[in-house]
Amino acid sequence: MTKVDAYIMPEGGSASANDAAPGIERSDAKAINSRGERDLYAKRQWVYPKLARGNFRNLKWLMMALTLGVYYVLPWLRWNRGPDLPDQAVLLDMANNRFFFFFLEIWPQEFYYVTGLLVLAALGLFFVTALAGRVWCGYSCPQTVWTDLMVTIERFWQGDRNDRIRLDASPWTASKVFKKVATHISWLLVGALTGGALVFYFRDAPTLARELLTGTAPAIAYLFLGIFAVTTYVLGGIAREQVCIYMCPWPRIQGAMIDHETLLVSYQVQRGEPRGPHKKGQPWDGRGDCIDCKACVAVCPTGIDIRDGSQLECIQCALCIDACNGIMDKIGRPRGLVAYSTIAHQEALVIGGSSPLKLIRTRTVLYLMLGCLVAAIMLAAYTRRSELEINVLHDRSPPYVRLSDGSVRNAYTVKILNKVHEPRTFLMTVNGVDGAKIEIIGVERGGKPEVTVRTDDLREVRVLVTLSRDNADALPSTSVPLDLTIHDTTSNKATARRTNFQRP
Amino acid sequence: MSEKKNREIDAFTGVETTGHEWDGIKELNKPLPRWWIWTFYACIVWSIGYWVVYPAWPTPDGYTKGLWNYSQRAVVTAEGEAARAAQGALRKQIEATPLGDIRKNQDLLRFAMAAGNAAFQTNCSACHGRGGQGFTGYPNLNDDDWLWGGSVEEIQKTILYGVRSEHKDTRSSAMPRYGLDKILTDSNIDDVSEYVLSLSKRSTDPKAVESGAKIFGEQCASCHGADGKGIVEQGSANLTDGIWLYGSSKTAIMESIRNGRGGQMPYWTGRIDPMTIKALAVYVHSLGGGK
Repeated sequence: MTKVDAYIMPEGGSASANDAAPGIERSDAKAINSRGERDLYAKRQWVYPKLARGNFRNLKWLMMALTLGVYYVLPWLRWNRGPDLPDQAVLLDMANNRFFFFFLEIWPQEFYYVTGLLVLAALGLFFVTALAGRVWCGYSCPQTVWTDLMVTIERFWQGDRNDRIRLDASPWTASKVFKKVATHISWLLVGALTGGALVFYFRDAPTLARELLTGTAPAIAYLFLGIFAVTTYVLGGIAREQVCIYMCPWPRIQGAMIDHETLLVSYQVQRGEPRGPHKKGQPWDGRGDCIDCKACVAVCPTGIDIRDGSQLECIQCALCIDACNGIMDKIGRPRGLVAYSTIAHQEALVIGGSSPLKLIRTRTVLYLMLGCLVAAIMLAAYTRRSELEINVLHDRSPPYVRLSDGSVRNAYTVKILNKVHEPRTFLMTVNGVDGAKIEIIGVERGGKPEVTVRTDDLREVRVLVTLSRDNADALPSTSVPLDLTIHDTTSNKATARRTNFQRP
Repeated sequence: MSEKKNREIDAFTGVETTGHEWDGIKELNKPLPRWWIWTFYACIVWSIGYWVVYPAWPTPDGYTKGLWNYSQRAVVTAEGEAARAAQGALRKQIEATPLGDIRKNQDLLRFAMAAGNAAFQTNCSACHGRGGQGFTGYPNLNDDDWLWGGSVEEIQKTILYGVRSEHKDTRSSAMPRYGLDKILTDSNIDDVSEYVLSLSKRSTDPKAVESGAKIFGEQCASCHGADGKGIVEQGSANLTDGIWLYGSSKTAIMESIRNGRGGQMPYWTGRIDPMTIKALAVYVHSLGGGK
C-alpha cells in the first residue's frame, strides 16, 4: 500500500454501507498515531486534520490570537523609566546585563527572581494539569499554537482534509506545484516573522526593525532570526505532532500530575458502546450512541482515536468534542459523547452511579499552596529588595600600611550599586574606631568624602582610613571591627557595612 | 522488489530477517530510526562542507587552511583590537588629559584604575607584590615615603625611565660602599649606625652617637641632608621615619653603609604604551601613598 492508500481505501464494502448514519458519511480516517498503529521502523504517515467547528475550536482560535498577539506585540510596548534607561517594557538587555520587565528591573545578581518565576510557572502548570489535564498542551503550548497556524495556512492553500489527501495522491501538475510552493513559502514567512519578533526582545524594537530592514542590524540578530525561522518552519510546519509524540518530555511527566479526579477529554464508553452504523428508523435501545463515523479521528491533529481512552499521544485539544457534538446534533442524540470528564466519573457510570467533580483535593490544594508560598517568598524578596547595594572589600596585601609619621592606614575597595533611576550622592563615614579619618580616591583632598553614583550604575571607589600612631596603639587588638556607613544625601538614609581595621 | 520477495519473515517475532545467517542464527532486520539515519547523513554532508571552509587535514608542510582561512589566533587578535578600538575614545581622552586631572573625571579614573591594575599585575607585581606591598629591597607603594617623589608626575617619570636602569634619562644615584671601599672603618660604621638609629629615637649608645654624628656630617649629609630626612632629587632615603627599604635593625643599617645600596628598577618607556604608563601612574598614585 502506498501512503495515500491507507486513507482512501474504504473499510467496508459499498458506498451506501459506508454511511455511519443516514446522511452522515463515515470518515476514512485512521488513528495512525495510536500506540497500536505506530511502528518505529515505519515511515511517518502524514496526518490531515479536518477543520472542526464548535466551542472548543472557537476557544482555540481565541487562544491563538491571544498568545500570538502577546508574542508579537509585547516587544513594542513602551515603559517610561526616565531618560537614562531603555523605554521598552520587556527587554533582555544582554549588552548591559539587565532584564527589564515593566516595573521590574533585574540585575545579573538578582537572577533568582527569574528562577522564582520559573518555579511559579512550573507549579502553575502542575496545578492546571491536576485540574484539567494537558490544557497547556492543548491550548497554549507554542508547538500547538504554531502547528495550528501552519495547518490553517495549509488549509487555506490546499483545502480541507479530503482535498489535501487527494492533492497529495495526484500527479504533479502546475496547480499542485503552485499550491505546495505557496504553502511552504507561507510557512517560511511565518517562521521569519516568528524569528523576527523574537529578536525584538533583545534590542530596542523600533531601532532594530529599522536596522533589520536596512540590513544594518548586528549579525547575531540575523543569525537568531534565521535559526527561529527554520525551527518554526520545521517544528510547526513539518514535524508537528511528531514533536509532541516523540520529542517532548511533558507527555511523559504529565502522568504524575493527573489522577482519577482530573478532568480529561474522554469518550463515554458506557454511553457509546457497542458502536456501529445506525440505519434509518433503527431504535437506539440496546446499542451505543457512537455511530463509528470517525469524525473525532478526522479532526485529530495528532492522528489518534479518542475512543481508545487516555493516551500519551493525546494533547487534549478537545477538537474531537466539537466534531462529535456536531454529529450528535445531526442524529438527534444528546451532546457530550466525547466530553471533559474524570476517570472516577467514568468508573462510577459503569456501576450505574456518578461521581461529582472534586476540584478541591490534596493534590490541587498542595500545588496551590506551594505556588502561593513561592509567590509570597518572591514578593517578600521584591519588597525587601534594596535599591542600593554596597560591597566593602578590605585590602589583603598589604592589610595595613605604616606611614612615615607612624600613623596606620587601611585601604578598602567599596562598590556602590545605585538601582534607582536617578543619580545619587552618598556621604561616607566610619564608626567604631576613634580618630579614624576617611579619604576617597578621586575625591579631592580636603573635600567632603562624597561620591556620586549615576543612574543604574555601579561605582567602585578606593577608600583610605587613617589612624594616628597614638590612636592605633590604643586599639585593643591588632584587628578591630569598623563600620563603614553610607548616607544618602537626599533621603538621609544610612546603610552600614561592617569590615575591620588592622594595625601592626 | 525481487530482492524484497526473497526476504523471509521470522516466524517467532514477525520481523523480517536481513538474510544473514551464522550457524543457524539469523539476523533480524531492525534498522536505525529514520531521524537518526538522516541526522547521520546530514552530519556527513556537514563535515564535507566543514573540510572545505575550515582547517581540517594535516599535510606534510602544515594543514589545509580552508576557504575561510579561519584561525583562532587571528580571532583572538581581532577581538583584542576590537576591544582596544572600543576603548579608543577613553584611551585618547586619557592621552590628552594632564596626568593630574585624570582622577577628577569619574570615567577616566575608573578606566585608568582598571588599565593600571591590569598592567601592574602583569609587569610590576613580580617585584612590588600584587597589592604593591613591596618586599625588602622593593618599595611598598602604599605608604607615603617616596625615594624619588610621590606626586603622580614623579611616579610617571620613575615608571618611564626607571631607577639606575639602562635608559639615558634614568633616575640615578649611588649609596657608596663605605666598608668595602675602605672609606670608613668598622668602628666608624658602627658609630654612624648608632647615629642613624638616634634619628628615629632608637639609639642606646650616646657616645657612639656623638662620634657618629660627626662622620654623618662629613660623609652622609650631602645626600641624606643634614637632618637625615633625605633629598628627593637625590633619591636618598629619609632616615628619620619608620619606613626602611632594607630593614630597620642596626645590622641592616650597618650592612647598607658597609656594602652600599643600588636597587634597580627597569625603564618601561617603549615597552608599555604611553597611555598605559599614564594609567599605571594614576593606579600606583591611588594605592594610597600618592602625594
